[in-house]
Amino acid sequence: MRAYFARRLGQSALTLLGTSVLVFLILRVLPGDPAKMLLPEGAPQSAIEELNRQLGLKEPLHVQYAIFLRSVFRGDFGQSFQYRAPALQVVVERLPATIDLTLVAMALTVAAGVAIGIVAAVRAGSRYDYAGTVLAVLGQSLPSFWLGIMLILLFGVTLHWLPTSGFQGWRYLVLPTVTLAAYPTALVARLTRSSLLEILRQDYVRTSRAKGLAERTVVLRHALRNATIPVLTVIGLQIGTLLGGAVITESVFAWPGIGKLVVDAIFFRDFPVVQTILILSASIFIGINLLVDLLYVVIDPRIRYG
Amino acid sequence: MTARRPGPLAAVGAALLGVIVIASAAAPLLSASNPVKPTFSQRLRPPLGLGGTASHPLGTDNLGRDIWARLLHGGRISLVLATSAVLLATGVGVLAGLLSGVMGGLVDDLLMRAADVQLTFPVIMLAIAIVSVVGTSPIALVGVLSLSGWVLHARTVRANVLTVWRLDYIEAAGALGASRHRLVLRHVLPNVLAPILVIASSQFATMVLLESGLSFLGMGIQPPAPSWGTMLSEGRDYLSNAWWLGTVPGLAISAVVLGANLLGDGLRDWLDPQSR
Repeated sequence: MRAYFARRLGQSALTLLGTSVLVFLILRVLPGDPAKMLLPEGAPQSAIEELNRQLGLKEPLHVQYAIFLRSVFRGDFGQSFQYRAPALQVVVERLPATIDLTLVAMALTVAAGVAIGIVAAVRAGSRYDYAGTVLAVLGQSLPSFWLGIMLILLFGVTLHWLPTSGFQGWRYLVLPTVTLAAYPTALVARLTRSSLLEILRQDYVRTSRAKGLAERTVVLRHALRNATIPVLTVIGLQIGTLLGGAVITESVFAWPGIGKLVVDAIFFRDFPVVQTILILSASIFIGINLLVDLLYVVIDPRIRYG
Repeated sequence: MTARRPGPLAAVGAALLGVIVIASAAAPLLSASNPVKPTFSQRLRPPLGLGGTASHPLGTDNLGRDIWARLLHGGRISLVLATSAVLLATGVGVLAGLLSGVMGGLVDDLLMRAADVQLTFPVIMLAIAIVSVVGTSPIALVGVLSLSGWVLHARTVRANVLTVWRLDYIEAAGALGASRHRLVLRHVLPNVLAPILVIASSQFATMVLLESGLSFLGMGIQPPAPSWGTMLSEGRDYLSNAWWLGTVPGLAISAVVLGANLLGDGLRDWLDPQSR
């Protein structure tokens, strides 16, 4: 088991390194003068030359990458020119808002998605199944920014039940969370349904029924356990979807998190902040997927020896 | 074994998609209004049936432009971009998958690692970061969109190649003198066609969503060119007095995506029933 842990850890570290290469390349290799891009608009030529020299942009590419990596390890992600503060600080300040949104959306996704999936699987072919599937297809098809706007229109403008933007208190969380969670919930619901259907056909399920166990026990204790694995994979992958979805949802609801920050930063050509957010979100994704993989081992003993 | 026919849902999806595609293609025939020129005397007119006139069946926007015209012309642009992106993603992805599977070794490692690294970023974040550097020209947009799609094709084709490559009849064909080239083209590729088709059709939905999302954020098609995404973001400011501005383009996007998803699901059920 320890060998598996070590191997996965190593793989994650390697992927993280590759991620830093990609972020580095996007800024340095694609067309455009990087120094000019890293400085605010209208900076004098002398400042551009100076930054060029400082960043070692005259050096060969691998030397530049080494310099970049070294500063990242020291926690120096550059200076945000929008806010005149270290980029890392600017990003970390806004992280909690996004974490709030993402966590609640994730909770909603798991709860609603799994519940809908179970009902649809257990009552396959009935109108509950039909309703669930329709909801899932809609959830995957409606663009989230439109859903958000429609929800604002319905609950905010027309009914005045919920506030339309801002973020103090749980009431402000409702609409953005529902908007963000729609797509992943649909995905989880469909996957839970198909996994569970697959499992309910298996022999051991038939055996437990034959043993006289209540249907509820069969489904919840025995079948669901085995359905957990693929569902867990998808949940781990949904972190990426949620982080990406947060970019749009936060823009729709003016939610002050890193999603909105990255859009604003790009408009302002604030590349240090953009860089920081890219690396941060990739790290979160890699971290969570590593956790999910390690969690597998706990849940499914077969993997331990694989 | 009886061949299953595509179900009714797939037909619905195909019909929905077809109607929208044809309408967009025929945009200049279906609407005489100029989608780009502002007419300030006609600002914020409601659609037909809600107090509007037949000359603007879906109303006008904040600059007096006919929404029906903008919908059709915007549809053209969005659909062409999405289609090109799907074709490019499929081409690049299949090629990458073949190279990976057939050549193995370092090439395989590099390609799959690159895919893994790319996937750690939320697609839209990567997209807006790249757009900020390369700009929003149609070519740049198609490139960025296809970036979100090539990996799935590559992985599927690679898995397929790895399975087929070991089979005896490949070895036999090789022994008979078939070149690697021919082996791939005549034996591997036909096998892989069905799943690729399924993936491509559901990717179309993703591309449309991604493109309209980018435009919504202001990083896609730039005004005054019409795009469903930009129409939505413009409409957001008028929710209380001209709600149709934001509702109509969203319905269009939803219809296209729904159609593509239904079609994709139907195709998958028909061609590849095991992957339910």
